[in-house]
Amino acid sequence: MNKTVRVALVALLCVGAAACTKKQEVKPQQPAPEPAAQTQAPVSNGKYTPADLTTDACLKQRVVYFDFNKTEIKPEFQQIMACHAKYLQDRPTAQMRLEGNTDERGTREYNLGLGERRGNAVSSALQADGASASQISVISYGKEKPVCREHNEDCWSKNRRVEIVYTAE
Amino acid sequence: MIKPMRKLSSRFALILLALAALLAGPAAAQSLNVDIVGGLKTATPIVVVPFAQQGGTPLPTDVADVIRNDFNRSGKFRALAKSDIVEQPSRGADIKFATWRLLKQDYITVGRIIDAGGGMLRVEYELWDVNKQQSLLAQAFTAPAGDLRGVAHQIADQIYQKITGVRGAFWTRIAYITAVGLGDHTTYSLIVADSDGYNPQVVARSKESLLSPAWSPDGKKIAYVSFESGNSNIYVQDISTGSRQLVESHPRGINGAPAWSPDGTKLAVALSFAGNLNIYVLDLATRKETRLTTNNLAINTEPVWAPDGQSIYFTSDRSGQPQIYQIPATGGSAQRITFQGQNNAKAAVSYDGKQLAMVQGNGNVYRIAIMDRSLGDQVRFISPGPLDDSPSFAPNASMLLYAATDGRRGVLYAVSNDGLVRQRLVLADGNVQEPAWGPYRQR
Repeated sequence: MNKTVRVALVALLCVGAAACTKKQEVKPQQPAPEPAAQTQAPVSNGKYTPADLTTDACLKQRVVYFDFNKTEIKPEFQQIMACHAKYLQDRPTAQMRLEGNTDERGTREYNLGLGERRGNAVSSALQADGASASQISVISYGKEKPVCREHNEDCWSKNRRVEIVYTAE
Repeated sequence: MIKPMRKLSSRFALILLALAALLAGPAAAQSLNVDIVGGLKTATPIVVVPFAQQGGTPLPTDVADVIRNDFNRSGKFRALAKSDIVEQPSRGADIKFATWRLLKQDYITVGRIIDAGGGMLRVEYELWDVNKQQSLLAQAFTAPAGDLRGVAHQIADQIYQKITGVRGAFWTRIAYITAVGLGDHTTYSLIVADSDGYNPQVVARSKESLLSPAWSPDGKKIAYVSFESGNSNIYVQDISTGSRQLVESHPRGINGAPAWSPDGTKLAVALSFAGNLNIYVLDLATRKETRLTTNNLAINTEPVWAPDGQSIYFTSDRSGQPQIYQIPATGGSAQRITFQGQNNAKAAVSYDGKQLAMVQGNGNVYRIAIMDRSLGDQVRFISPGPLDDSPSFAPNASMLLYAATDGRRGVLYAVSNDGLVRQRLVLADGNVQEPAWGPYRQR
């Protein structure tokens, strides 16, 4: 049984068994699998610690991708919203910066606005999941900081993103 | 006529490249390579004979070459190639008009450069009508050898105005941003150069993005956006002294898109500290901000003033896609101006307010469009795309600058207002972007 499958099983068991403590279950996870079909925030009675930022499969995911000219959070990123919102709730001293980015199409200043709108969308989603606005700041880089520089959709889809950066853990 | 034109352009490019190599000093910014794309057979044929030099050391600038290049990229003139100039008179009295009539030339410029002592040169020139054998201009400039390019552009301006009736805009400057290096090692520079890309000077340098340079109406200052402190902030910098002021730095949200009012006392800016991006007018003396747009959901940005100062054009996506709107400069309701194309953004206005240039996006193709407000808002394209950006009019609206991509590289184009003649300005290494054409210079 490979590690990914084992992790998924543990996650499923956890959902069923209300008494699992988050920290112990999640610690051994090394690879970062796609979040399993889990709709709830990670187990509610275990609190995240800064160590989880480097080990927890969900918390390790720090990039939210968007469709062209869109600012809606896609369903596949809802779980990431939930675990980061929980982290902010668990760690009231933690601070997060959301960095909004766009693809290269369109003018620079308009894209600054679009990147900010995406950052704000992530901020709203985190707050809807219980995070405090005072822990979150949003900055937009528009199309100034691409991670990919080819002129095609594959590349553009990598650039339309919000990066989650913890400035205080 | 197309073929000789191509030949001419490549020859020009070579000459200019050689000149650029000669002129590149250690303190100067990277020079732009210059290449002319396309030609125009309806352009007026003109001869610019190499200027005779009387005494003194060899000159750093071929004045006639600079003038010829100005004429060719304007789209209005077609300068006879230097190698086809079979006779080299330097005074009107020595011109054999039959020679130039045979070569189908309409106008001829001759000139001479005289050592005026004390490091100064006296540049005299004459413009003649070939068919009428009539003198049209006879002028002289006195300048140091280091300013010969400036003198050449001023001569080109005078000839352009004499023949077309429109003030020339060759003796002007342009600003643009260069990005050299990759990723975290990118260096951004705000550069000011002559209108043909020569004499580049670094105005500001940053490890973080610089964007949206905007000339003050007197040409002495540039407002721009810098991310050097982390967030986007707006600075106003004096070009000659280098001193600068931080004029917008709300810690929350975007501080972007500065645009000078025609009287130079205010900046229109786009700020989002209150939520979404809205247009504000900043009084530079009192630092008072007045909110102009009242939309609470849309992106409202890229303001630009109409030349009469009465209204401001801006980009807004309040209807879904970005489009150009117009609002009174004192506030009020905004009117949508653009209805053609999927989206339109970043308007630039001609000096007379009659033309709006903008970036029009259709699918994945973004081109520069000009909308003629005096012709029922007809729209025409002046660039081929696919990722063109940042149109900026020359002060006489005869030409525009815009940014484009060539492979992975950002390049600038100067294009005639009819879109028929384009000149590419390429940095040897790195990207060139965000061009802004400055105002007329004061003598």
